[in-house]
Amino acid sequence: MAAVADTTTVRRVRRRITPGRAVAWAVMAAIVLLTMLPFYWILRTALSSNDALAAHPGDILPVGATTGGFERALGLQSAEEAIAQGGSGGGLEFWRYLVNSVVVSTLITVCQIFFSAMAAYAFARLRWRGREAVFGLFLAGLMVPAIFTLLPNFVLVKQLGLVDSLLGVALPTMFMTPFAVFFLRQFFMNVPREVEEAALLDGAGKVRIFFRLMLPMASTPLLTLGLLTYITAWNDYFWPLMVSYSDSSRVLTVALAIFRAQTPQTGYDWSGLMAATLIAALPMLVLFGCFARRIVGSISFTGIK
Amino acid sequence: MTIASSSPPSRLPLGDAKGAGTDRRTARRATAREEHGDGRLAAVFIAPALLGFLVFLLWPTLRGVYLSFTRFNLLTPAEWVGLDNYVRMVHDPIFWDSMGVTVEYVVINIGVQTVSALAVAVLLQRLTQSAVLRGIVLTPYLMSNVVAGIVWLWILDTQLGIGNEIVAGLGFDRIPFLADETWAIPTIALINVWRHVGYTALLLFAGLMAIPNDMYEAAKVDGASEWRMFWRITMPLLRPVLAVVLIMTVIGSFQVFDTVAVTTAGGPANATNVLQFYIYGAAFGRFQFGYASAMSVALLVVLSAITVLQYRLTRAGQSDLG
Repeated sequence: MAAVADTTTVRRVRRRITPGRAVAWAVMAAIVLLTMLPFYWILRTALSSNDALAAHPGDILPVGATTGGFERALGLQSAEEAIAQGGSGGGLEFWRYLVNSVVVSTLITVCQIFFSAMAAYAFARLRWRGREAVFGLFLAGLMVPAIFTLLPNFVLVKQLGLVDSLLGVALPTMFMTPFAVFFLRQFFMNVPREVEEAALLDGAGKVRIFFRLMLPMASTPLLTLGLLTYITAWNDYFWPLMVSYSDSSRVLTVALAIFRAQTPQTGYDWSGLMAATLIAALPMLVLFGCFARRIVGSISFTGIK
Repeated sequence: MTIASSSPPSRLPLGDAKGAGTDRRTARRATAREEHGDGRLAAVFIAPALLGFLVFLLWPTLRGVYLSFTRFNLLTPAEWVGLDNYVRMVHDPIFWDSMGVTVEYVVINIGVQTVSALAVAVLLQRLTQSAVLRGIVLTPYLMSNVVAGIVWLWILDTQLGIGNEIVAGLGFDRIPFLADETWAIPTIALINVWRHVGYTALLLFAGLMAIPNDMYEAAKVDGASEWRMFWRITMPLLRPVLAVVLIMTVIGSFQVFDTVAVTTAGGPANATNVLQFYIYGAAFGRFQFGYASAMSVALLVVLSAITVLQYRLTRAGQSDLG
């Protein structure tokens, strides 16, 4: 930990503000601004009215402040009212897609992580014939770009009769990804054998060891992987675009793209679109906010020998 | 993808020789049950993942290759046509055009992203170790490509976007960023840099944390500047991690689709008709699943070649850290 080392070295050089450091901080500030400003702009636009946006494109604060954008995104306005305010009157109801996204992402994350952890444990800790060969096969699976399997998977899901269902959206990544198996296997391999042996001597079975010992020990990697899987599932667009046709299985990303395509003749419903964008993005920001400390904090300890 | 794993990303899928040998030591003390291995239990543990692997990864991969040799429109059974799709592909000017557009996108996207991510990672290493800043640079990665595309579509809107307000305020002509054939691909490439740069930076940062701080301290005592340290210490030691991250991002970059779909939909005049978008159009617009599969195979071949390159690079560039 360099930061700690700095404060504990006896001959600590006092940091003077050199021109180089000033430039570096300026660059850092510019990066933070570029990163964060679009988020403010989403909020500012979502709280403005379309007429005022057209009249005052450059104002920093919301113009013609209204919650109309959110009402349109959530399908709370009548079609006439929506069209009057610059919406399409297309009647998209984002709370439905929000629920769909939560269901799909949760299903994918919980099942994928659990099944991948089981497989990873079998690869790392159980002895069986053909183990290396099967693991080699999984590794080869890492080479196949996800996008390549989408078309054939669509044909498969169509044959299974699961097109336009939430299960169909979740299915391809519900059981495993080679990466998840690989990632967790690395962790299980590094658990000292003594831990397991002690439990075996106490008469615990391997199943019990997995559930009572290994899974709790792996909580940080499981959480990290879970968060990444959730974000990936939540943000996926190509696959759900293929398999969902109607409201019953439509997720947020697909709904957003449809909202954007429903643009009225008069011009974009920017305020409604930004409100919908915020609804789609906020849950991930909140989720990350809850777990960031644990995950981003742990980055500092990676690779320290 | 190793945000919090205990190994730096340089240890990514390259296989390892651990595991098999360590069992022998304990075999003597093993219980009778272990003598026979854990075959039955392992079968249970591996079953769900293996099922998913076979049904949704291995089978579709083989099927995708098979479909590329057929004419298939989803409604009637696939009909074997041999190399027809590939012959057609080679003679399809739009295919080559979209390959060119994709390569242009990848070059701009990866060039800008790698340099920026490296800069951010080094700033996070040498300037400040703030975890808050690490969280901030990662924020855009939490958005979907669809969200990123729509937000920048608004910011860069020719008439009303704040981006063009600034351009006009500086006294330039407004730029139709996403409606102009020349500007569109660089713009989309940069939008995706905005979304991914923080994540890439954190991968590189994890690699940087493996470099012992004493090396910098010693160099400082010798009077080396930060600039010199970067070229003499950081770059040589980070090279293997950088190689792996570069390959990962290039492979991801080739699969660009979402951002194009929500901003330009391939236009204007096919200027942003990236390969994945063309494939999607062939499959779901014109129901030419066989032809779409053939183009997917072509992309798979390109990406496989890049992966082979990865092995060469990572072997050639082993770091001195060991």
